[in-house]
Amino acid sequence: MKAKEFFNGVKDSIPVAVGYFSVSFGFGVAAAGIGLTFLQAALMSFTNVTSAGQFAALSVIVAIAPLINMFLTQLVINSRYALMSLALGQRLGSKFGIASRLIIAFYNTDEIFAIAMQREKPLTKSYMFGLGPMPVLSWTLGTFLGAVAGSLLPPSISSALGVALYGMFVAIVVPNAKKDKTMLVATAISAILSIIFFFAPYLKNLTGGISVVIVTVVSAAVCAALFPEED
Amino acid sequence: MNIYIYIAVMAVTTYLIRMVPLVLLKKDIKNKYFRAFLKYIPVCCLTAMTVPAIFYATNSIISGIAAFLVAVLLALFKRDLVTVAAGSCIAVFITEQILRLF
Repeated sequence: MKAKEFFNGVKDSIPVAVGYFSVSFGFGVAAAGIGLTFLQAALMSFTNVTSAGQFAALSVIVAIAPLINMFLTQLVINSRYALMSLALGQRLGSKFGIASRLIIAFYNTDEIFAIAMQREKPLTKSYMFGLGPMPVLSWTLGTFLGAVAGSLLPPSISSALGVALYGMFVAIVVPNAKKDKTMLVATAISAILSIIFFFAPYLKNLTGGISVVIVTVVSAAVCAALFPEED
Repeated sequence: MNIYIYIAVMAVTTYLIRMVPLVLLKKDIKNKYFRAFLKYIPVCCLTAMTVPAIFYATNSIISGIAAFLVAVLLALFKRDLVTVAAGSCIAVFITEQILRLF
């Protein structure tokens, strides 16, 4: 381990850690809202480090759905990480053995992946190990404090904080849809399908994250057929 | 169902998704349909989770709609994640305070 490179990683991860704090605070409020304790909410954040997956997990838990629903929900929503890990794995190269890859995989989030891939200097083990601790700590602590706040705050405030994560999702989707017509089509298809699944007879009885899984897979498959990746 | 079992299942699933390609796969995915499929997953999934759920996430459907509209407007003007999220929270709070007057 080289201390300087480790702290370069820590430094580059600070902006991510700051952003994670506010978002995970919103998640903590939502988790407390469905009855999770502070420790359960913090444990979920510490062991998963993923916003959309954890948020969907709340709807699985609230529905007391079977474990297979939890597995499928996480598999579909978090499948994007497989692609990121694939790209990161090629960037890391042969210096990184299995042990270091097993550790880095734990915190390969969208944002940490982006920082690692954007780095112009070569990626070192010390640097990669420096990227993880602050965001993970911040994500866990923010969740804990959000869950504490969620159970203490008046309903008017927790109702307001409950939309924080939805706001963040909008902030991710809208610029994509604005920049890329195919993403706009993807957004439209999934929004329409999701509304149908929410209101249509029979379909609306699907609970515990399964409708999100079906809508996501169907819309992404339709878009992949319409707009395959050009080489 | 025990909450900790749910958390264990999701943690293991999420870790395996991140770990297996990082440790085991050395080859790039070539299939253009499968690559596109993975590319569209995040946007489709986030949209499906947000619409129409955001409208029913607050104490009143009106404040839910306000949260959605404010978030979309802020995001169109390229505000960062935290600003958009905070803006939608403030929209809910203000709308619900106004609704209480009636």
